[in-house]
Amino acid sequence: MLEIKNLNVYYGVIHALKNVSLTVNKGEIVTLIGANGAGKTTTLRTLSGLNKATSGEIILEGKSIVNLSASNRVEIGISQVPEGRRIFPQMSVLENLELGAFLRKDKSEIKKDIEHMYELFPILGKRKKQMAGTLSGGEQQMLAMARALMSKPNLLLLDEPSMGLAPLLVREIFDIIKNINMTGTTILLVEQNAKMALSIAHRAYVLETGKIAMSGTGEELAKSDEIQKSYLGGN
Amino acid sequence: MDQFLQQLVNGISLGSIYALIALGYTMVYGIIKLINFAHGDIYMIGAYIGFAVTTYAKLGFVPALIISMVLCAILGIIIEKVAYKPLRNSSRIAVLITAIGMSLLLEYIMMFFVGAGVRSFPKVLSDSLFYISNITIKMQQIYIVITTVVLMVILQFIVNKTKIGKAMRAVSTDKDAAQLMGIKVDNTISFTFAIGSALAGAAGVLVGIYYNSIDPLMGMMPGLKAFVAAVFGGIGNIPGAMIGGLVIGLLETFVSGYGNSMYRDAAVFAFLIIILIIKPSGLLGKNTKEKV
Repeated sequence: MLEIKNLNVYYGVIHALKNVSLTVNKGEIVTLIGANGAGKTTTLRTLSGLNKATSGEIILEGKSIVNLSASNRVEIGISQVPEGRRIFPQMSVLENLELGAFLRKDKSEIKKDIEHMYELFPILGKRKKQMAGTLSGGEQQMLAMARALMSKPNLLLLDEPSMGLAPLLVREIFDIIKNINMTGTTILLVEQNAKMALSIAHRAYVLETGKIAMSGTGEELAKSDEIQKSYLGGN
Repeated sequence: MDQFLQQLVNGISLGSIYALIALGYTMVYGIIKLINFAHGDIYMIGAYIGFAVTTYAKLGFVPALIISMVLCAILGIIIEKVAYKPLRNSSRIAVLITAIGMSLLLEYIMMFFVGAGVRSFPKVLSDSLFYISNITIKMQQIYIVITTVVLMVILQFIVNKTKIGKAMRAVSTDKDAAQLMGIKVDNTISFTFAIGSALAGAAGVLVGIYYNSIDPLMGMMPGLKAFVAAVFGGIGNIPGAMIGGLVIGLLETFVSGYGNSMYRDAAVFAFLIIILIIKPSGLLGKNTKEKV
């Protein structure tokens, strides 16, 4: 479904992504793990069109999307839950969800989908009139995910959904991610919490200082000595 | 008491005009963090468009207002595209200096074409007077206040209820997140300039009719005062700009009425200094912190 080939991204003189190549097949959860500053967020931002690729190809369902604007990429079915959630704090929960459906024109369907989000995330239904900035961290994460789903994406990019959340909530968020995947949405998940990420991922890539260092199935990587040592706290 | 009420009436009509100009300042600041110093000059050009429409085309108040608003909106979009957009990723000081340059450019282009002299509007609104006990109310003041209120209601509707209004709010809070929703940031910025400039154009026509004199440098002082109004209300905040405009208008008329009209400009700028010392974020300025 998604294929990244030899992607290079620079921030000024800093070479943030070095010949990154990866694939995500339809229906998969693929995770990209790595330390702080490895280039995980840069990869997602480049996929969404917020950063420009210096060279390389991004192919979605057979078509190159490297020259598409961020807005057009949402239109063709890529949606992102950004790092730090980035909900609109001075808007209500409902308005945030409506913005998620910004490019859609099917008003009655949008209404139905909002109701569906309230089923998926009951807490959002209870707080629909509340300013999003007053929600707790976990609730904001759910809102950010619901907002991203409102565009009806084929490919959902998740950037550190577990950041700053209590362990119990992290588990809940990961269960929701699995559910979203089961209903047919392909997921590319970026995480620092490697253990959780590997436990739900079909396949995984390890990013080290801008390069893909390793790849394999979630299980394989979870067992690998190197990963144990570097990311999972084992000896 | 009569004196007080009289100044109140005058202050509200003057303040309405400041509020209209302040809205453009605050909206543009909200979306691209730029103090658009050319904004006062768009107001000046709006006044000249109103003048041309009423004098040469012999149209009435409402057509003059609408034509001026539309042309100013287009001018605002062009200025943004030509002068500010190429600097979108430059330092803020570069854009600010460009804005000052744009302001001078508009002033002296106008001076070249229309001359430096003062011109006066034809009589398009009745200049009849009302008396409520000893207070005089001019018909034109009523027009100013009604026009301002109508425009503000429309603006509130656009910002809060329409899709493009939501896009404006989203872009002004978080450009990246707005893009992830599929919002086109450039179009949204153009739209914001269009609305802000249209309001300035309306203010220009109202002032032209009320004071009956316009010149190419008329935008400087009201522009600065509207800027003070926007800062007082909390820059980036729309209701704040409305309140700020009224407060500055009232302050100015009360200083002229009770003190000395020589000091009215000084009073406004002294007020700016006091705000910046006491509450730099302004009356309704937000200081929301992000939860992490």
